[in-house]
Amino acid sequence: MVRRIDAIEKVTGAAIYAEDIFLPDMIYAVPLFAPHPHAKIISIDTAKAKVVRGVVGIFTASDVPGELRTGGVVQDHYIFAKDVTRYSGDVVAMIAAETLEAAREARDKVDIKFEPLPALFSPVDAMKPGAPKIHPERENNICCHYPVRHGDTDAGFKKSDKIIEREYKTQHVEHAYLEPEGCVAIANADGSVTVRGGMQHPFTAQKFTARATGLPVNKVQIIQTTLGGGFGGKDDTISIICARAAIITLKTKRPVKIIYTREESVRESYKRHPFHVKFKAGVTKDGKLQALEANIVADAGAYCSTSPFVIWRPTVQCTGPYIYPNVKCDSYAVYTNNTFTGAMRGFGSPQINFAIESFIDELAAEINADPIEFRRKNFFTQGCTTHTGQKFDNHKVAIAEVVNAALEKFDWNEKFGKCSRGAPDANGNYYGIGMACSYRGVSLGHEGKDFCAAIIKITPDAKVELEVGVAENCQGLKTVMANICAKELGVEVEKIIYKDVDTLSVPDSCPTVASRGTLVGGNAVIDAVRQIKEKMAPVAKNIGAHSSFEDIVSACHSMNIELHALGTWQGPPVSWEETTGQGNAYFTYVYGCQVVELEVEGKSGKVRVKKMLGAHDMGKAINPEMAKGQIFGGMVMGMGFGLKEEIIHKEGVIQNLNFDKYRIVTSAEVPEMEALIVENRDPAGPWGAKALGEPVNELMGGAIANALYYATGVRFRETPIKAETIRTALSLRRSISD
Amino acid sequence: MKLYINNIHYESKANADETLLNVLRNELHLTGTKRGCDIGLCGTCTVLINGQVKRACKVKLSQLKETDKILTIEGMAANGKLHPIQEAFIEANAIQCGFCTPGMVLATKVLLDKNPKPTRDEIKRALQGNLCRCTGYQQIFDAVELVARKLNK
Repeated sequence: MVRRIDAIEKVTGAAIYAEDIFLPDMIYAVPLFAPHPHAKIISIDTAKAKVVRGVVGIFTASDVPGELRTGGVVQDHYIFAKDVTRYSGDVVAMIAAETLEAAREARDKVDIKFEPLPALFSPVDAMKPGAPKIHPERENNICCHYPVRHGDTDAGFKKSDKIIEREYKTQHVEHAYLEPEGCVAIANADGSVTVRGGMQHPFTAQKFTARATGLPVNKVQIIQTTLGGGFGGKDDTISIICARAAIITLKTKRPVKIIYTREESVRESYKRHPFHVKFKAGVTKDGKLQALEANIVADAGAYCSTSPFVIWRPTVQCTGPYIYPNVKCDSYAVYTNNTFTGAMRGFGSPQINFAIESFIDELAAEINADPIEFRRKNFFTQGCTTHTGQKFDNHKVAIAEVVNAALEKFDWNEKFGKCSRGAPDANGNYYGIGMACSYRGVSLGHEGKDFCAAIIKITPDAKVELEVGVAENCQGLKTVMANICAKELGVEVEKIIYKDVDTLSVPDSCPTVASRGTLVGGNAVIDAVRQIKEKMAPVAKNIGAHSSFEDIVSACHSMNIELHALGTWQGPPVSWEETTGQGNAYFTYVYGCQVVELEVEGKSGKVRVKKMLGAHDMGKAINPEMAKGQIFGGMVMGMGFGLKEEIIHKEGVIQNLNFDKYRIVTSAEVPEMEALIVENRDPAGPWGAKALGEPVNELMGGAIANALYYATGVRFRETPIKAETIRTALSLRRSISD
Repeated sequence: MKLYINNIHYESKANADETLLNVLRNELHLTGTKRGCDIGLCGTCTVLINGQVKRACKVKLSQLKETDKILTIEGMAANGKLHPIQEAFIEANAIQCGFCTPGMVLATKVLLDKNPKPTRDEIKRALQGNLCRCTGYQQIFDAVELVARKLNK
């Protein structure tokens, strides 16, 4: 096994995260948040704050030299709230001071006069005609809408023996990366700015910072520090924080450090979109699916962020890995005055898969079919055409394979027979198992252009400098890129000197999202190595077959053959027709299945998860141990989504800002886990590798809901399924049967 | 006051009500001790004081004695050689973002000092004050078992 190339610095505490940077003459800045989620700002009085000893400056919307509004898709996000606040995490001002303490003291002395405006906290209210508009320049509060029209659902329902309708709901989820947001910005003598910080996508931070400061992009250098977790959450918010830090350093000419507390982080940063999914399906009595109608409404909160991507993916994947000949789907993201929502590990897939996989089991139950046999009858098959009209013939359609592998390893048949199905054991407890499976488009698909670059420079002493445009997101990207580079070049991995992403050095390679890092980065590295090898080949031939890598490099150097290469990769073509939702949405797909075994304590409703297993076709595991680490981590995060995690808003204000009230899964709660790597090499991937980071996080919610059903006989249709919900449902059933 | 950290004497000029975490990080620049929540619940600021697990964000200087032996992650590797626990974390792939790692390594040390052959359940309980959002903990448990086996040989 190849070890992580960043392991030693991390295990010794030497790795430098944003908060670990200390510079001479550095000042500290803290955010002042909106006094109310939706309000008109009448005045901001800073007189008392300014005179606090150590205060260097107070910065508001009027100090923004460039564009006040930003955003990756739609530029509707105010980096400082001006005139109006739209959610409780809006930042009205940043207070900079010689010390953190002075900045905080001054913050408490800023007096904001405001007038509350009518606020909207539910998408249902926000969609009503005549609802107050959160962004007055827009026609209504609908942020985006994606349809799919495939076949004729009315005809499909007519062919069906049974028509079943269900609704499912999911919650706001916090990424809960252990490192809160942080960055340090420095104004350079030439008028440019350098920001070092913990962001997932240095190029997003660069664009946001350039836009807000008015500087050209080539005057904004972003250098990624070691990242203390991201999970999709260190994009918009940290990029906006970088932009604010740049504004302050450019004004004060002093290095600025912004480090959020946990409470500040949870208050401002975006969450996973809550979904409300309505399904209507028709099925024949022999178990063939005929038609699906899906209506998905997601709470976008105050700003657009990545909402279009977060609802587009579940639109493309709304059927799950099942053939419905007729499909009609409409997905909406809707503005409210709740905390804005954006990317979180899966891009809408944990939500939609919770609904899809719960629904499939409910359909099976309605026609008295076995849930696995019912799935098998309707699975995607090699060469099938999906509801977006895409023919699946360019990759291995492995849904049946991953499900078979997972169930066999789990002893599904034996355990499924033992489920309590509503009849508790002698102690009043219940036992159940459940599963969920999915297909998933790899990389960005039609969301955006799909490009990546990698630079290789070989020094005269035969060290290989490698820089790739996708960023380390803690998943081990640098290690994988170094592995691929070393093996392709035929050198030991120790020869690779990995350079962290510097936005002024490597071309913009699109964000490191959508589980695309390995595929796009690996392909770009392979292209760079190919060019290097082409330069080396004639020299190697000249100096003899047995010459070492060092000899060839040295010979190239003496012959003035520069061993530099810029490798690139461009995604295969995809297509999408917006009005009908038809097209080849992604260039390839992955398949996964997760299974869970659990016990429910009847009296308390407490769930004890006993075992979880994940089987994933990732194309090829370049580093199998790291791949397993993704599967374990994804399943545990999915367990939190299914059973306990929820950001609670009260009138738009988050009530659980720290780990005392927002509880993530602890070591004491995790069950025994197993990870199965399934490999069907994909022609599009480096060494056949596809994707893994998000697929592993999109199944446990549905698997848990299904296991709870086979345990208690109660169907839970809203996440998180907390002990008190289960307890109430069980006691209600007891009182009815009594 | 004087502080004895990783077998080195330090002098802190901070107020008595300052937290050990702030002193370690901001004054002494021992930044391997991380800040994650400031309320003693995430475990990223775990240090050992006289061999006991403490959350540095909850310890005030006034609660410390000059004779207290403080161990931070910077004191785990000795003479340029990783501690066996650190080696095991690398070998078992127990590290992803690395932010919980210093605290996990130190909490593991206390566990193994007290209980050289812990069961899986004992490991799970011993580490429950140290949150990890990346790994799902399994490879961390594997690392603890790996080093326990090695140390008991």
